[in-house]
Amino acid sequence: MSSVLADVLVVTALIGALALVHRPLGDYMAAVFQSEKHLRAEKWIYRSVGANPDAEMRWPAYLRGVLVFSAVSVLFLYLLQRIQGKFPLSLGFKPITPDQAFNTAASFVSNTNWQSYSGEVAMSHVTQTMGLAVQNFVSAAVGIAVAVALVRGFARSRTGDLGNFWADLVRCVIRILVPISVVAAVILIACGAVQNFGDIHTITTLTGDKQAISPGAVASQEAIKDVGTNGGGFFNANSAHPFENPNGFTNWLEIFLLLVIPFSLPRTFGRMVGNVKQGYAIVGAMATIWFLGVIAVTWIEYAHPGTASQLAGGAMEGKEQRFGEGNSSLFAVSTTMTSTGSVNSFHDSFSGLSGGVLLLGMMLGEIAPGGVGSGLYGMLIMAIIAVFIAGLMVGRTPEYLGKKIGTREIKLAACYILITPTLMLIGTALAMALGKGESSMTNIGAHGFSEVLYAYTSASNNNGSAFAGFAANTEYHNTMLGLCMVLGRFLPMVFVLALAGSLAEQKPVPPTAGTLRTEKPLFTGLLVGAILIITGLTFFPALALGPLAEGLA
Amino acid sequence: MVWASLRMLLLLTVVTGIAYPLLVTGIGQALFHDKANGSMVEVDGKEVGSKLIGQSWNIKGTDKPDPKWFQGRPSHSGYDPLATGSSQLGASDPTLVENVRAAKKQVAEFNGVPESEVPKDAVTGSASAIDPHISPEYADVQVERVAENNGLTVAQVQKLVDEHTDGRTLGFMGERHVNVLELNIALKELAAKS
Repeated sequence: MSSVLADVLVVTALIGALALVHRPLGDYMAAVFQSEKHLRAEKWIYRSVGANPDAEMRWPAYLRGVLVFSAVSVLFLYLLQRIQGKFPLSLGFKPITPDQAFNTAASFVSNTNWQSYSGEVAMSHVTQTMGLAVQNFVSAAVGIAVAVALVRGFARSRTGDLGNFWADLVRCVIRILVPISVVAAVILIACGAVQNFGDIHTITTLTGDKQAISPGAVASQEAIKDVGTNGGGFFNANSAHPFENPNGFTNWLEIFLLLVIPFSLPRTFGRMVGNVKQGYAIVGAMATIWFLGVIAVTWIEYAHPGTASQLAGGAMEGKEQRFGEGNSSLFAVSTTMTSTGSVNSFHDSFSGLSGGVLLLGMMLGEIAPGGVGSGLYGMLIMAIIAVFIAGLMVGRTPEYLGKKIGTREIKLAACYILITPTLMLIGTALAMALGKGESSMTNIGAHGFSEVLYAYTSASNNNGSAFAGFAANTEYHNTMLGLCMVLGRFLPMVFVLALAGSLAEQKPVPPTAGTLRTEKPLFTGLLVGAILIITGLTFFPALALGPLAEGLA
Repeated sequence: MVWASLRMLLLLTVVTGIAYPLLVTGIGQALFHDKANGSMVEVDGKEVGSKLIGQSWNIKGTDKPDPKWFQGRPSHSGYDPLATGSSQLGASDPTLVENVRAAKKQVAEFNGVPESEVPKDAVTGSASAIDPHISPEYADVQVERVAENNGLTVAQVQKLVDEHTDGRTLGFMGERHVNVLELNIALKELAAKS
């Protein structure tokens, strides 16, 4: 079988599996967030915390929950890294430096999982499982909770109530993320991913050399890393490491896991607003952009432009033999478009134009299909913008799902879409102007600039993947990227929740003959167009200086 | 709110940071003991490596490849599992061009084949720097040299390579590959017998 035919089958199997699973999973998630019953374990948690899970919150209270919980998480994770040597199972690793500990805490709490450290020689068993892996769960749950609050804003009327943050958080962790992760982790172990709390293990090879084999609770972290679209690898090589991703099937499974919740949430949205077709219009836009990206990158990587790749006879630099070009390209597009940021191959060594597509995937704002929760709310904001543009064309007050998109709503949506471009473009410009960008580059020229642009794009959009030649572990970049990650995560949430509150207060507008039918393919097309135009206009100059200059040189 | 948040975080740490990894470790260790501990491979009762972690096949203490063994892909960390990751060089980078050119020349001379026959995985660094596999094409290129240096016939060694060539997982996922450690262990056994 030719590689290309095999790749077509891999993508087909992936789409088939997602199509099969999104309905039961999406419906299940809707039921979880709409249920009035609490599990016994949940009741115990609420009692210990002193929270009333049935108390409805208006948007400021909901937001306060999100922000305070996340701030406490940052502090806790920071402290854990600073004192990791004091715990058992520390593997002899030293405390992490203050700037790197802040960067890592900001990174894992904001669901970015940018890693300026190298897992196998920095983080102890305790930091990995009780710090980083915990944030993999709860940061994902916070994202989903905010998305659910926005959906309630559309679904409810004449009330400011958006649900209860604690209940959404706990249910998401216990009823959704943990069960999926347990199953996924066991499958990964069965395929060869390691799962132990041993010590670094030195063996003598047949040639008489010594080799140190790393231990770790890898499979359990790998599962939630993908399911929660986190992306922080146990090891520096991330999902390229054979202990994290041992074969072609685990590679496919990991791609499936990182896509499954983002592609199922629109179904949850459709259920909760009482019209599943609305969800399909959203999923259509997500899938279209993702699929175009997969085709573009796979095609470019097989064509292998670039002097070194041409000489080698293929674009295998920074790729594993068991995955090859096709499976690596599919992973790369899926991880950058979901805000996951785990990698099974190194994007820095992809050809210039592929790198540009991956960058663009993040610049779209992580909405195709985006991170868990953040993908859905990001896409719904774009839907509001698209409805607004359509409204301008025909001169009608725009409405979406029976809610008027007035001045207040459009202001909030506009603020939302301005945040990440501001952070990443200013971050990149500052780094370049202060000479901090140049000193951290591995590559020269346009590709070197792409490394800096990629770093700030990845941090601001909470992706976490890197053109990893970029030497990010400096005081300057640890601090600035840490700020980009925190602001890029939580400022948008402020606007999302404010918008949710404002929508929930409205009374519904009955549809008329002139209402834009947002459940039709025409709207999906309009949405994709709006996304591409807005992103294109915002980022074209930066892309032209980096990947386009390199790719067309 | 702050204390409630802290208590919530600690409780969720118990669930996801302690109970979850321990549960998974318990299941993994009980059902898939060898895999959960790194798929270690033994020769004569002694561990000689992990099936999943690539190794250096240089002559001990040097950076010269040992002609008696099948060689893996170039690794910029010398197959050190505590320094995983790739070169990070761009596809047009002058250093990478130089590395590829040098690797191509070295592989061609070492195996006595023309440069045009050197496959792509033989001259490019992997993503992990501990890639345990090579392409079947790269194994084929090495057969003659390995046979000669182990006192075996080309047919014997070629048969070994064919036996150790793994197809794609489930027939279509991933790429075809040869596990270098397993191949070399089989080679050692065969050479000892003859």
